[in-house]
Amino acid sequence: MKILWFAWLRTRVGTAAEEVTPPADVDTVATLLDWLATRSPGHAEALAQRTVVRVAVNQAYAKPDQPVRSGDEIAIFPPVTGG
Amino acid sequence: MAIRVQREDFDVGAELSGLTEGRTDIGAITSFVGLVRDFGAANAGGMTLEHYPGMTEKELAAVEREAHARWKLSATLIVHRFGRLEPGDRIVLCAAASPHREAAFEACHFLIDWLKTRAPFWKLEDTPQGQKWVEARADDDAAAQKWETRR
Repeated sequence: MKILWFAWLRTRVGTAAEEVTPPADVDTVATLLDWLATRSPGHAEALAQRTVVRVAVNQAYAKPDQPVRSGDEIAIFPPVTGG
Repeated sequence: MAIRVQREDFDVGAELSGLTEGRTDIGAITSFVGLVRDFGAANAGGMTLEHYPGMTEKELAAVEREAHARWKLSATLIVHRFGRLEPGDRIVLCAAASPHREAAFEACHFLIDWLKTRAPFWKLEDTPQGQKWVEARADDDAAAQKWETRR
């Protein structure tokens, strides 16, 4: 599973992209975020405030209960500020 | 329908001319151009615009499709830049063409309001205290939300 971090979440985590293999019971967006938060203090800090965390699975916006599986591209980012 | 995400600047006149080239069914084009604004003392200058290659294009295309579903449009265009931008630089162009002006005006307004809350771009501004990520604004959400109720 490929994790992509953007904007200030990337700064906190310290990497733009990482390849991860979560345990089998990590099978939704919400459980993935919980698991990722345990990976380092930077991850924990980035994911501390879930209301400002947006997630896309395979380049489409995803809700917390959406399933995730190995091979997915998961992007994690703050609310967008373009335009 | 066309969307482009690019580092380079764009020529507004050329883009709008291209939208109607060879066509006689279009009665109106409206356009919106977003610029990098100098905020004065709170802002040391420019910004860097980050995006998510792949998803950004998909979301812009989805915004454009939604506009075509809501209004009778002859053509639309969204050009959005990324990378380093200085005060006064163009950031984004939205254009909508239609047989009649009302659809063109409304669709263009919709394009910019919806892309601001959906397309994955993030602004990193230069400030006297260093670089700072711009926070999402509640009034941008409200501007996008009004199109939910007006449908």
